[in-house]
Amino acid sequence: MSGAREDFREILTLVRPGARVLDVGCGEGELLELLTREKGVDGQGLEISPEGVSACLARGLAVVQGDGDRDLDHFPTRAFDYAILSKTLQQMREPRHVLSELLRIAEQAVVSVPNFGHWKVRWALLSRGRMPETGALPEPWWSTPNIHLCTLRDFTALCDDLGLRIDACASLAEGKPARPIDPRQPIENWRAETALFLLSRKQEGRAETAPVDLFGDPPASPRKR
Amino acid sequence: MTAQVPITAAAETGGGVWRFPADRPLRLDSGATLAPLEIAYNTYGRLNAERSNAVLVCHALTGDQHMASTHPVTGKPGWWDLYVGPGRPLDPERHFIICSNVVGGCMGTTGPASIDPATGQPYGLKFPVITIADMVRAQAMLIEALGIETLFAAVGGSMGGMQVLQWAADYPEKLFSAVCIAAAARHSAQNIAFHEVGRQAIMADPNWRGGAYLAAGVRPDKGLAVARMAAHITYLSESALQRKFGRELQRDGLSWGFDADFQVESYLRHQGASFVDRFDANSYLYITRALDYFDLAGQFDGVLAQAFRSARNVKFCVLSFSSDWLYPTSESRDIVRALNGAGCRASFAEIVTDKGHDAFFLDEPQLDQTLRGFLAAQAQARGLS
Repeated sequence: MSGAREDFREILTLVRPGARVLDVGCGEGELLELLTREKGVDGQGLEISPEGVSACLARGLAVVQGDGDRDLDHFPTRAFDYAILSKTLQQMREPRHVLSELLRIAEQAVVSVPNFGHWKVRWALLSRGRMPETGALPEPWWSTPNIHLCTLRDFTALCDDLGLRIDACASLAEGKPARPIDPRQPIENWRAETALFLLSRKQEGRAETAPVDLFGDPPASPRKR
Repeated sequence: MTAQVPITAAAETGGGVWRFPADRPLRLDSGATLAPLEIAYNTYGRLNAERSNAVLVCHALTGDQHMASTHPVTGKPGWWDLYVGPGRPLDPERHFIICSNVVGGCMGTTGPASIDPATGQPYGLKFPVITIADMVRAQAMLIEALGIETLFAAVGGSMGGMQVLQWAADYPEKLFSAVCIAAAARHSAQNIAFHEVGRQAIMADPNWRGGAYLAAGVRPDKGLAVARMAAHITYLSESALQRKFGRELQRDGLSWGFDADFQVESYLRHQGASFVDRFDANSYLYITRALDYFDLAGQFDGVLAQAFRSARNVKFCVLSFSSDWLYPTSESRDIVRALNGAGCRASFAEIVTDKGHDAFFLDEPQLDQTLRGFLAAQAQARGLS
């Protein structure tokens, strides 16, 4: 597990052993392989690039060459326990539809997004007046695949709009351990470089509870609401 | 059953003709029955003690059981020997690989050229119309006769892929995994149209004699050759034809007549002429009809996912070729969506090649790697060494 991406480590702690998992944009299948090996999940990948699909097949993973924007509609409702969308929501043509579909197909969705409200992003725009190039957003504007960037506040607003409950949230940064956060705290919209969410559909007549810590480590400081 | 005859030294090869007695007829979709039924088949490798390593390969329209061994009529290597053999994705050292001639065929399995017990003459057009499901039902009879309860894999390209889908629909409990290459869940109008051209060419040949040519001692070779030529174009892509032949001439200068001036003409004529040596015209009519009648969703109230509703334990691998316009990628995608809709675990890849539909038995490294990867993972899941 050493050398695995920071978000992979977090996702690994989130997913129940033996669960049915759909990984949308699974790349070369590193995460699915990790989940299969460590958690014995029943995994299915969706990947657009032929190279990624070949690599997944060589690893013995079930993978469909397809497009998260178009092909989610064909999966039946509640076919999976988890749908994972790791750092690609901002690359989708219709992120709102994709997010909604993820939570139709699966009980819970694990979604990570770079936070455009991070202080480095704000500073780059404010000081230089140029599109930011940061650790989470490394590419120049003319070659980035990111077409629908959002801030933490934008994302939580979309969750509210779609009737989604945030079951857990953690802030991720390169080379640092994950930090459980309350994504609705204004300060986190400055501090979090990338946020990982565990989402589910709001149940009728059930009040939303504070995000619980499902990330293993105890929070560094008591969470405020 | 005939004795097993080793053909190649590298891997144990067997097979023969399985004769089902008249009281075990093949019940056909049309309502007719076929008896006695004979199935010609080849096997490669050995069935393991657990009987868990059997692979059924389903052949395409003009294929036969001689998949990985020298063809007895043409003397050519087996049609899939790039993918079946020692060190190949399907390996007789590890798998027990079975390939049987389809019902309606002409390489030893009961077909229109077989003798009708009612008349003592070849069936001809008295042979009942058969379907892909009938072919699969006959294969299931053979598999059972060979003492195999579950197939480790059913694998097939083109019409073979359709048989694999039908296996998943009709015998999901007998299937561990399924590989469907360059196929479709139904024949399109264009597919039917091309087949109709071929059938009309055969039936327009005066030697066809209303299908009774064998009794008359003649063969509609011209019609069958034209059918093959038309079909062969559909197996290639426009760019592959252009790359191979362009406008190259056979000789210096034009003939100012209707000889085969262009290399592509000569190539097609050769394809047609060599085909008639190994194929029966009536078999061509019957098998193309079976393909045209194929509509898997149609068997399940028009909902393809329903066909796979009992196949949730089967692991699927669906593959298409980017330049295949006979059974294009969109058809394979429809299959995959239906599999996903039914809750089946499926892999799907579109292999980029300019070789068209025929790519499934040509040297395609991505096809080779994909088959190896998928089968290795399934072998691990099945506990095969």
